[in-house]
Amino acid sequence: MAVKKEPQTMAQKILAAHSGRVNAVHGEILNASVDLVLGNDITMPLAIEEFRKIGAEKVFDAKKVVMVPDHFTPNKDIRSAAQCKVMREFAGQQEIENYFEIGQMGIEHALLPEKGLVLPGDLVVGADSHTCTYGALGAAATGVGSTDVAVAMATGKLWFMVPRTLKFIYKGKLDRWITGKDLILYTIGMIGVDGARYKAMEFTGPVIDGLSMDSRFAMANMAIEAGGKFGLFGVDDKTIDYVESKGKTGYTVYESDQDASFEKVYEIDCSGMGLQVAYPHLPENTRDAADAGDVAIDQVVIGSCTNGRMEDLRMAAEILKGRKTDRRIRTIVIPATQKIYLDALKEGLIEIFIESGCVVSTPTCGPCLGGHMGILAEGERAVATTNRNFVGRMGHPKSEVYLAGPAVAAASAVTGKISVPGEVIS
Amino acid sequence: MKIRQKAIKYGDNVDTDVIIPARYLNTTDEAELASHCFEDLDSDFPRKVQECKIIVGGENFGCGSSREHAPLSIKASGIQAVIAPSFARIFYRNAINIGLPVLVTRAAENIQDGDELEIDLDRGVIKNITSGSTYEMPPLPDFIQEVIASGGYIEYTKKQLAGSKQ
Repeated sequence: MAVKKEPQTMAQKILAAHSGRVNAVHGEILNASVDLVLGNDITMPLAIEEFRKIGAEKVFDAKKVVMVPDHFTPNKDIRSAAQCKVMREFAGQQEIENYFEIGQMGIEHALLPEKGLVLPGDLVVGADSHTCTYGALGAAATGVGSTDVAVAMATGKLWFMVPRTLKFIYKGKLDRWITGKDLILYTIGMIGVDGARYKAMEFTGPVIDGLSMDSRFAMANMAIEAGGKFGLFGVDDKTIDYVESKGKTGYTVYESDQDASFEKVYEIDCSGMGLQVAYPHLPENTRDAADAGDVAIDQVVIGSCTNGRMEDLRMAAEILKGRKTDRRIRTIVIPATQKIYLDALKEGLIEIFIESGCVVSTPTCGPCLGGHMGILAEGERAVATTNRNFVGRMGHPKSEVYLAGPAVAAASAVTGKISVPGEVIS
Repeated sequence: MKIRQKAIKYGDNVDTDVIIPARYLNTTDEAELASHCFEDLDSDFPRKVQECKIIVGGENFGCGSSREHAPLSIKASGIQAVIAPSFARIFYRNAINIGLPVLVTRAAENIQDGDELEIDLDRGVIKNITSGSTYEMPPLPDFIQEVIASGGYIEYTKKQLAGSKQ
């Protein structure tokens, strides 16, 4: 007897389709086939050790494993170099074509979409919590650990609990300078850092329809900062244009049924929403940047898997053009991939950054996780377009990170304190 | 399996950056990771863990990064179980995958720093020897019990692969 198809969310449909099921039931555990497995220079060496313990000789599909040395690269010290070497040699032995060496690489979550490696409807796991970024493409993508990646590399399958979905409907009109980063910070401020714990977040509504792909990536990226498993967007013309510009076809589009069961539906009126800043030491500590008061800073970081894309660099450059950054602070700009770096160079953005007093770095996660290329000393403060502001995240445990979008970061670089663009641009 | 140990209590949203700061992630050596466990949260942890081998956390324990180094460093420092009212999902599955018992119960809120606990993992019961209270937990899903009984996800997978070859 044929199983009757139940109304389902996008998350349920993608998990069901990858488990040979008609329906996926909330809370059940499925063993699902994955389309892509990702690891980086921190998580992959551990995954390789575990892979060997399984006794597997070859990865399940060399085309479906991606390795990106992006966290402590270019190698920050001898031990990081050794970690990268482990991954590089394994990639060579296993003939992993999607191993991206320095010179071709980028921050993984900017790089994989750019290379067309993730398509709508895919089920993707990565040993990096921000793997949820690919939800912007209508893919169910989530962060897992190194042991998970080892098993997924060996078998092509992994266990998943089917999550309930929180639906967010964004309405109204966005003010100038507001990007996906402000929307997601606002949302995390509203529901808290565990407001979507173990759940899928689905971002919908007219504001989302009007949002650029870069802004959608920034939003999906931070679903994990609310505890989310997936940060999903529907597939529309913008998604299809993006994917097809990478020469990719042959994907499946899933959308939530009208009568699907959502755990909760949030309606957010974005009209009049201010630029957002998350104060230390949790991403939920959000406020309007305009109300920041006099918060003097020591460093600005514009980059990361959240905000190192062209939209971010263009916005920062628009504010920094013809202006100087405050002499007392360090401003670090990190284009997220080699391609973004080159495009920014051709557009004249890199020149604007250097003229204004910024340092422009090669793609790296670097300072975001307190790795290298911009570590904070005791008592120092940074405004960063990154995704976490936990204790010690960018350096000393007594340093502070204020999370914001590119407009606030660039304006703050000019004034030396948390600022909105209106303070530097008339 | 029973665990009888004293508890170290921490608050809500203990993130993986304070469990093991990224500056120590240039190694996979468990003993070395353990030597920096909780360094940015509680500099006294190395002394406490000599006597207390259960962590009791608040809401959303283990939020943040996917680094498996976090549960690994906890396990390698001698901690035998982590109890919290809720766990962040990646930390939770990482802990299960490496065979570190993680117990979800609201009762965590009633446990005080230094309390002596007896955990019966098979029956899902925690006895607070110090306060005299007993807390029961709902059973884990069958699949997760199987992974734990196998000694982790790697051993579980080995068994599955061996089974499918027969």
